[in-house]
Amino acid sequence: MTGIAGFGRRHAGFLVFAVVVMTIPAYLGDAYYLSVLAFMGTRFMMALGLSLLLGQAGQISLGQAAFVGIGAYGAAILTTRLGLDPWLAMGVAAILAAGIAGLVGMPTLKLRGHYLAMATLGVNEIVYILLVQLKDLTRGTDGITGIPGLSIGGIDFTGPKAYHLLVWGIGLLMLRFSLNLSHSRVGRSLRALRRSEPAAASLGVDTAYRKVQIFMIAAVFASIAGSLDAYYVRFISPESYTITFSIILVTGVIIGGLGTIWGALWGTLAIVILPEILKRFNDDVTNLVFGVLLIAIMVLWQGRTRGLRGWLASVVRRMGPDRTTSNEGEE
Amino acid sequence: MSFDQFLQYVFSGITSGSIYALTALGFTLVYNATDIINFAQGQLVMLGGMMAITFHRLGFPLWACFIGAVVTVIVVSVSFEQVAIRPLMKKGVLAQIIATVGAAFALETAAMIIWGRDSLALPAFSGETPIAVRGATVVPQTLWVVGLTLVMVVALQIFYRKSLFGKAVRACAVNPTAARLQGISYRRVVLFSFALSGAISAAAGVMITPISFMGYSTGALLGLKGFAAATLGGLGNPVGAVLGGLMLGILEALGVGLVSAGYKDAIAFVILLLVLFLRPAGLLGARVVSRQ
Repeated sequence: MTGIAGFGRRHAGFLVFAVVVMTIPAYLGDAYYLSVLAFMGTRFMMALGLSLLLGQAGQISLGQAAFVGIGAYGAAILTTRLGLDPWLAMGVAAILAAGIAGLVGMPTLKLRGHYLAMATLGVNEIVYILLVQLKDLTRGTDGITGIPGLSIGGIDFTGPKAYHLLVWGIGLLMLRFSLNLSHSRVGRSLRALRRSEPAAASLGVDTAYRKVQIFMIAAVFASIAGSLDAYYVRFISPESYTITFSIILVTGVIIGGLGTIWGALWGTLAIVILPEILKRFNDDVTNLVFGVLLIAIMVLWQGRTRGLRGWLASVVRRMGPDRTTSNEGEE
Repeated sequence: MSFDQFLQYVFSGITSGSIYALTALGFTLVYNATDIINFAQGQLVMLGGMMAITFHRLGFPLWACFIGAVVTVIVVSVSFEQVAIRPLMKKGVLAQIIATVGAAFALETAAMIIWGRDSLALPAFSGETPIAVRGATVVPQTLWVVGLTLVMVVALQIFYRKSLFGKAVRACAVNPTAARLQGISYRRVVLFSFALSGAISAAAGVMITPISFMGYSTGALLGLKGFAAATLGGLGNPVGAVLGGLMLGILEALGVGLVSAGYKDAIAFVILLLVLFLRPAGLLGARVVSRQ
């Protein structure tokens, strides 16, 4: 995909999406649906970071929920205990998340293989245990209540409409950032290192450094999403930040497709909507379906990384008369 | 901490350490054959314990429960290899690892649906009368755990060192391509590794259930600790796996004694992160780990 046409189309996709998502509050007044959409927005941020890590760097984190938890608890503790400004608290929590990601990523991403997956699983477990055990700070399983909402210069972001705009505004910024990143030198070197690490290294890509960098970005996205959730719901407790949630996020990104940043969006839709549908049959069956889906997608799609949309497109293409699917340039 | 207390903690550490050692061995077997970290390893341990409980409820004697559980888990592990690992052989390790994560998730949720959310118990293999050792006491099940672990580790070593197929498996661990050129069936080795890894995990699960019960989510934690143990000893090194398991068990038990029981589960992961940070090759420095 080169030239002005491709460039235009790429931006058209982003612009259309941005306009659609930002105008939703104009015609959708229902607080419940707006909250669900905002909830989707924060999940989208988490998936976006993970999608960068998985799709671009070929590394897997099974502990994103830990960074979400750091964002949420960082925001909650800093505002309720120290009376910090919510925006500042969100920033401090994000820096903390990035620091921890760097600390975990630096030793593990230097190693050949998939140590990061296990290390992040460990980090998630440690963070969860700390959230439950550090009762003086986190109030244990009772959770923290009375978290303040966000506002800026008189604009209050605690209502569903304003919050929707805030969340998706930030979500769109992150999406733009991710798209730009994947088209930049960094993105190209990441894709190169996913294809062949020795080849990328021999061309001067500092593979370990790049991977750590992406992992830290993913942690920051997750942390900000966690803070935003906490400021909206006003209550947090440790159960939201388990390994189970981390794996659900991974499932989302895989369903959405690894090869494209947009996959994070489709994946988010899947992990928000699918449980709602499955709940009608059986509450417990959701994670079983996710688990089986992970295996099935891997086996059936056989490394084709276009995800749900790509798969649907190929089905449509096979059925319909010479339909040309739009080229997904957003790698 | 008095000496008696110390001894008591060490005994309990050796017991759970044996289970970590076996789980770590399970990781090692699959890792050596395929380079895959099997994220469902802990769930196989859980499945072993749960199946033994089910067989026991059906009225089978304990030894039959043990065998039944091991056979079931072998079947599950082998089926998983056939369905998800073999077709992904050429797709790279990441796809296979994601498949194992899916298997872990599916097994855990299935277990929750089948056996419920409560932890379940299994009677000890030979009674509950504690045996006094100096100032500490040991339940007979501990001796079973340690004894059977020892038997399995020795048997495994003999198999790998002396038998032709064992040597073939080791050859594949060193260099799959070269092994294939020698006429060794790589696929059979992988299949066998999954079977053996499942068997060992199941045995571990059955043995530990009378001591610490088994719940649907126990496996995830055991899996993580087994991996921490394998990494501590040196991922890919069976002797390291056993050593790492025992060390982890003892450190954890002493940690409970010195710090607090609430942080018991965090100790393993702190050790895991420390090892990855300071000495990623582990104590026995496996050759498989390489810096870029």
